Amino acid sequence: MTDLTALNYTAEHEWIAVDGDVATIGITDYAAEKLGDVVFVDLPAVGAQVTAGSVCGEIESTKSVGELYAPVTGEVIEANQGVVDSPELVNADPFGAAWMIKVRFTQTGEFLDRAAYEALTAE
Amino acid sequence: MALSPLDQLHRAAGASFTDFAGWDMPVRYSSDLAEHHAVRERSGLFDISHMAEFRIEGADAGAYLDYVLAGVLSKLALGQAKYSLLLSETGGVIDDLIVYRLGTTEFLIIANAGNRFPVAEALAARIGGFDVSVSDESDETALIAIQGPTAEGILRRVPGLVAEAFAEGEPPAPDALSALGYYRCLAGRFGETPVLFARTGYTGEDGFEIALPNAAAAALWSALLEVGGDDVHACGLAARDTLRLEAGMPLYGHELGLQWRPEQAGLGRVVAMSKTDEFVGKSALSNPVDPDAHVLVGLVSEGKRAGRAGYPVLAGDEIVGEVTSGALSPTLGYPIAMAMVHPSVSAIGTELELDVRGTRIPAVVTALPFYSRSARN
Repeated sequence: MTDLTALNYTAEHEWIAVDGDVATIGITDYAAEKLGDVVFVDLPAVGAQVTAGSVCGEIESTKSVGELYAPVTGEVIEANQGVVDSPELVNADPFGAAWMIKVRFTQTGEFLDRAAYEALTAE
Repeated sequence: MALSPLDQLHRAAGASFTDFAGWDMPVRYSSDLAEHHAVRERSGLFDISHMAEFRIEGADAGAYLDYVLAGVLSKLALGQAKYSLLLSETGGVIDDLIVYRLGTTEFLIIANAGNRFPVAEALAARIGGFDVSVSDESDETALIAIQGPTAEGILRRVPGLVAEAFAEGEPPAPDALSALGYYRCLAGRFGETPVLFARTGYTGEDGFEIALPNAAAAALWSALLEVGGDDVHACGLAARDTLRLEAGMPLYGHELGLQWRPEQAGLGRVVAMSKTDEFVGKSALSNPVDPDAHVLVGLVSEGKRAGRAGYPVLAGDEIVGEVTSGALSPTLGYPIAMAMVHPSVSAIGTELELDVRGTRIPAVVTALPFYSRSARN
């Protein structure tokens, strides 16, 4: 079980696990729930440069289209083929098997801690 | 926001909600896909209490409806239903709706939730000299749909739910619900509460819609879920939308609107131009359709990426239309869309492209519906 308080978050509903200069990025359970059943995930290629705050991927459900915003600036060093092949992982295990990309970053965007993210998503 | 009489049950079931035409309605209970597949394979239960109901009564009820709507309603038999259109003077569509004949001088109209007030206004404005009364019963009426191959069996097993004769009708046979034909309706009772059974729906599967007073709706909903067990799944509006799209059924505001004539959406057959009496919209529709007016087509693509409402349709570099509804079809496994396109590119087999957020996705014009249960193996 992922320790959700150890993760960083964005207002666009990404989560970020930082390990040195590598950020592992996915979308939150809240985002997955809002989207509904995810049926298609499009991720940036390994080697691509991403910029904090810009769209770098797409997550489609039967009902709607969500965008993956890069929470950091840097180079994509890994993209999760598992979630591309099995988009339903986004609903089943958003903080685990459905991680999306790993980025070696030079700069981060604005992060929220768990308490701030929970406050943001409280209805 | 308006709440369904079943609202507390939906909340207790953990549904997610969406604002649909001012109603806070379940969009899904757990998984849109599981709910969609349940309807194709077993059954789905839908709360569609947001829809609008109007009762039309009076000596002139049939003649009034023939004038107000695009079809011939006065010729419906007792217990017969008909899909029809409420047109504007200029031939645009105010709403698409279903009319049920409940008696010689009594009809029920079920209209879209989002068009309740425009429909109410048009129905009232067109009464003129007709001996008829129109009552908006939307606030008092719940509507539950059970759709799918196991729907009939479940309905028949609900304790206390029985078919009854219409006031002017013959007593129903013991198997009246099974014998009820498509687009037919039947009076009934759930305990002491009068209900209306209709063999209609919006999913492309066999099924029923049951109208009843709000107060009895929760008991019927719970009974259907209990009797159905694993054979029935509560379904939200997300599944309802992908089901109707696969079945090629138009959704008002997407494939139908005031700005389009019925023929453009492939609904020319619904307009009884040959009926001798005047009806609202007739004179406008007697003018030929503009040869450049866009028409509704089905489009299929490969892969997983679906065109969505509002996305441009291209032939070469020219924009020739716009997607009105689209999704990755849960049943078929490939993207499907309906689109309004220029008639020059509307022939079956025409190869077009969709602009999916900057990426061009090939799409081929195909016949509607995308899915029909009779063609399924």
